Amino acid sequence: MIVASLAFYLFAIVGVISALNVIFQRNPVHCVLWLILTFFNAAGLFVLLGAEFVAMILVVVYVGAVAVLFLFVVMMLDINVTMMREGFMKYLPVGALIGIILFVELAAVYGGWVMSPDAQGLRVVPAPLDMPNTEAIGAVLYTDYVYLFQGAGLVLLVAMIGAIVLTHRKRTGVRKQKIADQVARKASETLSVVKVETGKGIS
Amino acid sequence: MNQLISTGPLAIGLAHFLTVGAILFTLGIFGIFLNRKNLIIIMMSIELMLLAVNINLVAFSSFLGDLVGQVFTMLVLTVAAAEAAIGLAIVVVFYRNRRTIEVEDINEMKG
Repeated sequence: MIVASLAFYLFAIVGVISALNVIFQRNPVHCVLWLILTFFNAAGLFVLLGAEFVAMILVVVYVGAVAVLFLFVVMMLDINVTMMREGFMKYLPVGALIGIILFVELAAVYGGWVMSPDAQGLRVVPAPLDMPNTEAIGAVLYTDYVYLFQGAGLVLLVAMIGAIVLTHRKRTGVRKQKIADQVARKASETLSVVKVETGKGIS
Repeated sequence: MNQLISTGPLAIGLAHFLTVGAILFTLGIFGIFLNRKNLIIIMMSIELMLLAVNINLVAFSSFLGDLVGQVFTMLVLTVAAAEAAIGLAIVVVFYRNRRTIEVEDINEMKG
């Protein structure tokens, strides 16, 4: 299958190049756009691996939500772009050193790694061959891993509440309609009937 | 086993996907060290590293024929989304108070 091999190299090379651009671009907005391209290429790799559902989730969650969130914040904050590159050369040697060490370590781990002969027997959920990927994941996720699923939902709930609590602020000096106060108002607190004597008026 | 790309001179194995994952992870580390001025680019580097981890998980899941890797990938995606939301909220609050997001200036909690 030469098409699949060429597709792998296309996705891998474009993905790595766009990841490089995420790091080295000057403008943070361009960084976010390159990050989106990286996510798309990773989704392509997932499709090649036969994990279509995770690929589509990656596009929906990362490109549709996380990257847009990043773009939103980058555009909201007024960042001085020219100041951003100060200290770039200062940290280049140590960064390169640690990156190379880490890469060599990872290469050593992967190079010396072999699959155990009884690994096939140790599979927890063997992928069924007669179902599409999405159906197989659904059959597992909502039964065996339902607590994991609910836990993921709880993580998202806590994150949502946390983000709202952090960024919400009461601004003073702004006239806003307070609907709760208007609804809770009673006639007895605001209206009073005054007996007016004839010809005198109310002072 | 993945039958799609297993034969021929241009055969793509597990090692190819692991290499891509390793390169992306290293680039994420590199980005954290290089961009010491911009907190948002550091968060993007963290997202790159999480993406590399996801590529590893899905590659192993596909080549071993075990679905748990893909289920766990979705959990990692959830945590990454939550982390991005909370982190960006903290960045916005910090910028509102201090008018900067440079890493060198964030030292109030230093002992």
